[in-house]
Amino acid sequence: MAVKVLIPTPLRPFVGKRNSVELKAGTVGEALGSLTKEFADLRKHLYTDDGRIRSFVNVYLNDEDIRYLDKENTPIKDGDTISIVPSIAGGAGN
Amino acid sequence: MNLQKLQLNETQAREIRAHGVETYPHECCGALLGAEGAAGREVRGLHRLVNRRTDSPRNRFSVTAEDTRDAENAAQKAGLEVVGWYHSHPDHPALPSEYDREHAWPWYSYVIVSIISGEPQAMASWRLTDDRMRFEPERIVTSDSAARVTPAAP
Repeated sequence: MAVKVLIPTPLRPFVGKRNSVELKAGTVGEALGSLTKEFADLRKHLYTDDGRIRSFVNVYLNDEDIRYLDKENTPIKDGDTISIVPSIAGGAGN
Repeated sequence: MNLQKLQLNETQAREIRAHGVETYPHECCGALLGAEGAAGREVRGLHRLVNRRTDSPRNRFSVTAEDTRDAENAAQKAGLEVVGWYHSHPDHPALPSEYDREHAWPWYSYVIVSIISGEPQAMASWRLTDDRMRFEPERIVTSDSAARVTPAAP
Protein backbone atom coordinates (compact mmCIF):
# COMPACT_ATOMS: atom_id res chain seq x y z
CA MET A 1 0.00 0.00 0.00
CA ALA A 2 1.26 3.49 -0.82
CA VAL A 3 1.52 5.73 2.23
CA LYS A 4 2.80 9.25 2.77
CA VAL A 5 4.81 9.99 5.94
CA LEU A 6 4.77 13.66 6.94
CA ILE A 7 8.14 14.66 8.37
CA PRO A 8 8.17 17.26 11.19
CA THR A 9 10.52 20.20 10.65
CA PRO A 10 13.21 19.10 13.17
CA LEU A 11 13.61 15.75 11.41
CA ARG A 12 13.71 17.03 7.84
CA PRO A 13 17.51 17.37 7.80
CA PHE A 14 17.65 13.58 8.21
CA VAL A 15 15.48 12.87 5.13
CA GLY A 16 17.13 15.17 2.61
CA LYS A 17 15.11 18.20 3.78
CA ARG A 18 11.86 16.73 2.49
CA ASN A 19 8.47 17.57 4.01
CA SER A 20 7.18 14.07 3.35
CA VAL A 21 8.31 10.69 2.13
CA GLU A 22 6.14 8.32 0.12
CA LEU A 23 6.69 4.59 0.43
CA LYS A 24 4.95 1.25 0.27
CA ALA A 25 4.13 -0.78 3.37
CA GLY A 26 1.47 -3.02 4.85
CA THR A 27 1.49 -1.65 8.40
CA VAL A 28 2.54 1.51 10.20
CA GLY A 29 5.48 -0.38 11.70
CA GLU A 30 6.63 -1.49 8.26
CA ALA A 31 6.33 2.05 6.97
CA LEU A 32 8.46 3.47 9.78
CA GLY A 33 10.87 0.56 9.37
CA SER A 34 11.29 1.29 5.65
CA LEU A 35 11.62 5.01 6.35
CA THR A 36 14.37 4.55 8.92
CA LYS A 37 16.12 1.95 6.78
CA GLU A 38 16.26 4.38 3.88
CA PHE A 39 17.23 7.28 6.16
CA ALA A 40 19.30 5.56 8.82
CA ASP A 41 20.24 8.77 10.67
CA LEU A 42 16.57 9.33 11.41
CA ARG A 43 16.17 6.10 13.36
CA LYS A 44 17.68 7.19 16.68
CA HIS A 45 15.28 10.13 16.90
CA LEU A 46 12.23 7.87 16.59
CA TYR A 47 13.38 4.68 18.29
CA THR A 48 15.22 3.79 21.47
CA ASP A 49 18.31 1.59 21.29
CA ASP A 50 16.16 -1.44 22.03
CA GLY A 51 13.88 -0.74 19.09
CA ARG A 52 10.84 0.81 20.77
CA ILE A 53 9.26 4.02 19.55
CA ARG A 54 10.47 6.75 21.92
CA SER A 55 7.92 7.60 24.60
CA PHE A 56 7.59 11.22 23.47
CA VAL A 57 7.13 10.32 19.80
CA ASN A 58 3.49 9.99 18.78
CA VAL A 59 2.50 8.39 15.52
CA TYR A 60 -0.81 9.12 13.84
CA LEU A 61 -2.47 7.35 10.95
CA ASN A 62 -4.86 9.83 9.33
CA ASP A 63 -5.26 11.75 12.62
CA GLU A 64 -5.76 8.61 14.74
CA ASP A 65 -3.10 7.91 17.36
CA ILE A 66 -1.86 4.38 16.59
CA ARG A 67 -1.78 3.66 20.35
CA TYR A 68 -5.58 3.53 20.10
CA LEU A 69 -5.52 1.43 16.94
CA ASP A 70 -3.32 -1.63 16.61
CA LYS A 71 -0.10 0.23 17.44
CA GLU A 72 2.70 -0.56 14.98
CA ASN A 73 0.64 -3.44 13.55
CA THR A 74 -2.03 -1.00 12.38
CA PRO A 75 -2.74 -1.84 8.73
CA ILE A 76 -2.38 0.79 6.04
CA LYS A 77 -4.70 1.51 3.14
CA ASP A 78 -3.64 3.06 -0.14
CA GLY A 79 -3.41 6.83 0.22
CA ASP A 80 -3.10 6.88 4.01
CA THR A 81 -0.97 9.52 5.74
CA ILE A 82 1.28 8.97 8.75
CA SER A 83 2.19 11.94 10.97
CA ILE A 84 4.89 12.05 13.62
CA VAL A 85 4.23 14.46 16.49
CA PRO A 86 6.47 14.99 19.53
CA SER A 87 4.94 15.39 22.99
CA ILE A 88 7.74 17.44 24.44
CA ALA A 89 8.97 16.55 27.90
CA GLY A 90 11.87 17.32 30.18
CA GLY A 91 12.79 18.45 33.63
CA ALA A 92 15.45 19.11 36.20
CA GLY A 93 17.61 16.30 37.57
CA ASN A 94 17.65 12.72 36.38
CA MET B 1 33.00 27.03 19.29
CA ASN B 2 30.72 28.68 16.73
CA LEU B 3 27.50 29.01 18.73
CA GLN B 4 24.06 29.04 17.17
CA LYS B 5 22.08 32.21 17.95
CA LEU B 6 18.59 32.64 19.31
CA GLN B 7 17.10 36.12 19.19
CA LEU B 8 14.75 36.66 22.09
CA ASN B 9 13.51 40.12 23.00
CA GLU B 10 13.44 41.48 26.55
CA THR B 11 9.65 41.19 26.78
CA GLN B 12 9.77 37.52 25.83
CA ALA B 13 12.60 36.82 28.26
CA ARG B 14 10.63 38.59 31.00
CA GLU B 15 7.50 36.59 30.15
CA ILE B 16 9.36 33.26 30.33
CA ARG B 17 10.81 34.22 33.72
CA ALA B 18 7.38 35.35 34.93
CA HIS B 19 5.83 32.06 33.80
CA GLY B 20 8.46 30.16 35.78
CA VAL B 21 7.80 32.27 38.87
CA GLU B 22 4.03 31.84 38.46
CA THR B 23 4.18 28.03 38.41
CA TYR B 24 6.99 27.69 41.01
CA PRO B 25 7.66 25.25 42.65
CA HIS B 26 6.34 23.42 39.59
CA GLU B 27 7.89 23.53 36.15
CA CYS B 28 6.37 25.76 33.50
CA CYS B 29 6.56 25.11 29.77
CA GLY B 30 5.72 26.75 26.49
CA ALA B 31 6.52 26.91 22.81
CA LEU B 32 8.79 29.38 21.04
CA LEU B 33 7.20 30.62 17.81
CA GLY B 34 9.58 32.11 15.34
CA ALA B 35 11.46 31.99 12.10
CA GLU B 36 14.94 31.55 10.74
CA GLY B 37 16.50 34.84 9.65
CA ALA B 38 19.81 35.99 8.26
CA ALA B 39 20.99 36.82 11.78
CA GLY B 40 19.91 33.49 13.22
CA ARG B 41 16.75 32.09 14.69
CA GLU B 42 14.33 34.76 15.88
CA VAL B 43 11.56 34.19 18.42
CA ARG B 44 8.53 36.30 17.51
CA GLY B 45 5.97 34.93 19.92
CA LEU B 46 5.43 32.63 22.88
CA HIS B 47 2.70 30.07 23.32
CA ARG B 48 2.13 29.09 26.94
CA LEU B 49 1.44 25.43 27.62
CA VAL B 50 0.14 23.60 30.66
CA ASN B 51 2.51 21.17 32.36
CA ARG B 52 0.62 17.89 32.08
CA ARG B 53 2.84 16.04 34.55
CA THR B 54 0.68 15.97 37.66
CA ASP B 55 2.68 13.16 39.29
CA SER B 56 6.00 15.02 39.51
CA PRO B 57 5.53 18.62 38.35
CA ARG B 58 8.37 19.97 40.52
CA ASN B 59 11.04 18.31 38.40
CA ARG B 60 9.25 17.16 35.25
CA PHE B 61 7.15 18.66 32.52
CA SER B 62 5.39 17.18 29.56
CA VAL B 63 2.88 18.32 27.02
CA THR B 64 0.57 16.20 24.94
CA ALA B 65 0.72 15.70 21.20
CA GLU B 66 -2.45 17.81 21.03
CA ASP B 67 -0.60 20.60 22.85
CA THR B 68 2.17 20.35 20.27
CA ARG B 69 -0.40 20.56 17.49
CA ASP B 70 -2.05 23.57 19.16
CA ALA B 71 1.33 25.30 19.32
CA GLU B 72 2.02 24.42 15.68
CA ASN B 73 -1.39 25.77 14.67
CA ALA B 74 -0.78 28.99 16.60
CA ALA B 75 2.55 29.36 14.84
CA GLN B 76 1.08 28.63 11.44
CA LYS B 77 -1.68 31.23 11.93
CA ALA B 78 1.01 33.81 12.62
CA GLY B 79 3.07 32.72 9.60
CA LEU B 80 5.68 31.26 11.92
CA GLU B 81 6.75 27.81 13.09
CA VAL B 82 7.55 26.22 16.41
CA VAL B 83 11.31 26.74 16.63
CA GLY B 84 11.70 25.47 20.17
CA TRP B 85 10.39 25.09 23.67
CA TYR B 86 10.98 26.68 27.04
CA HIS B 87 10.63 25.29 30.53
CA SER B 88 11.73 26.14 34.05
CA HIS B 89 13.99 24.27 36.44
CA PRO B 90 12.72 25.07 39.95
CA ASP B 91 15.66 25.16 42.38
CA HIS B 92 17.99 23.76 39.74
CA PRO B 93 20.40 25.46 37.33
CA ALA B 94 19.50 26.24 33.73
CA LEU B 95 21.36 23.19 32.51
CA PRO B 96 19.70 20.41 30.52
CA SER B 97 19.32 17.15 32.37
CA GLU B 98 19.74 13.62 31.11
CA TYR B 99 15.96 13.42 31.12
CA ASP B 100 15.84 16.52 28.90
CA ARG B 101 18.29 14.86 26.50
CA GLU B 102 16.29 11.65 26.27
CA HIS B 103 13.13 13.57 25.39
CA ALA B 104 14.51 16.02 22.86
CA TRP B 105 15.00 16.31 19.13
CA PRO B 106 17.77 18.19 17.36
CA TRP B 107 17.02 21.50 15.61
CA TYR B 108 14.65 22.77 18.30
CA SER B 109 15.91 25.47 20.69
CA TYR B 110 15.39 24.48 24.32
CA VAL B 111 15.29 27.51 26.61
CA ILE B 112 15.60 26.73 30.31
CA VAL B 113 15.11 29.30 33.08
CA SER B 114 16.33 28.55 36.57
CA ILE B 115 13.96 29.59 39.36
CA ILE B 116 15.61 29.50 42.78
CA SER B 117 13.39 29.93 45.85
CA GLY B 118 10.76 31.49 43.61
CA GLU B 119 13.12 34.04 42.04
CA PRO B 120 14.20 33.88 38.38
CA GLN B 121 17.90 33.38 37.84
CA ALA B 122 19.89 32.36 34.78
CA MET B 123 18.26 31.59 31.46
CA ALA B 124 20.05 29.56 28.78
CA SER B 125 19.23 27.98 25.46
CA TRP B 126 20.42 24.63 24.18
CA ARG B 127 20.27 22.49 21.06
CA LEU B 128 20.61 18.74 20.96
CA THR B 129 23.39 17.48 18.68
CA ASP B 130 22.39 15.34 15.69
CA ASP B 131 23.92 12.24 17.30
CA ARG B 132 21.77 12.82 20.45
CA MET B 133 24.90 12.64 22.61
CA ARG B 134 24.73 16.09 24.20
CA PHE B 135 23.22 19.54 24.22
CA GLU B 136 25.26 22.44 22.93
CA PRO B 137 24.69 25.94 24.26
CA GLU B 138 22.99 28.46 22.02
CA ARG B 139 23.69 32.15 22.46
CA ILE B 140 20.61 34.16 23.45
CA VAL B 141 20.69 37.56 21.77
CA THR B 142 18.21 39.99 23.25
CA SER B 143 16.47 42.89 21.53
CA ASP B 144 13.67 45.22 22.54
CA SER B 145 10.75 44.66 20.19
CA ALA B 146 7.39 43.63 21.65
CA ALA B 147 6.39 40.00 22.15
CA ARG B 148 3.14 38.26 21.39
CA VAL B 149 1.97 35.89 24.07
CA THR B 150 -0.90 33.49 23.51
CA PRO B 151 -2.69 31.94 26.47
CA ALA B 152 -2.33 28.30 27.45
CA ALA B 153 -5.04 25.87 26.54
CA PRO B 154 -7.38 25.13 29.46
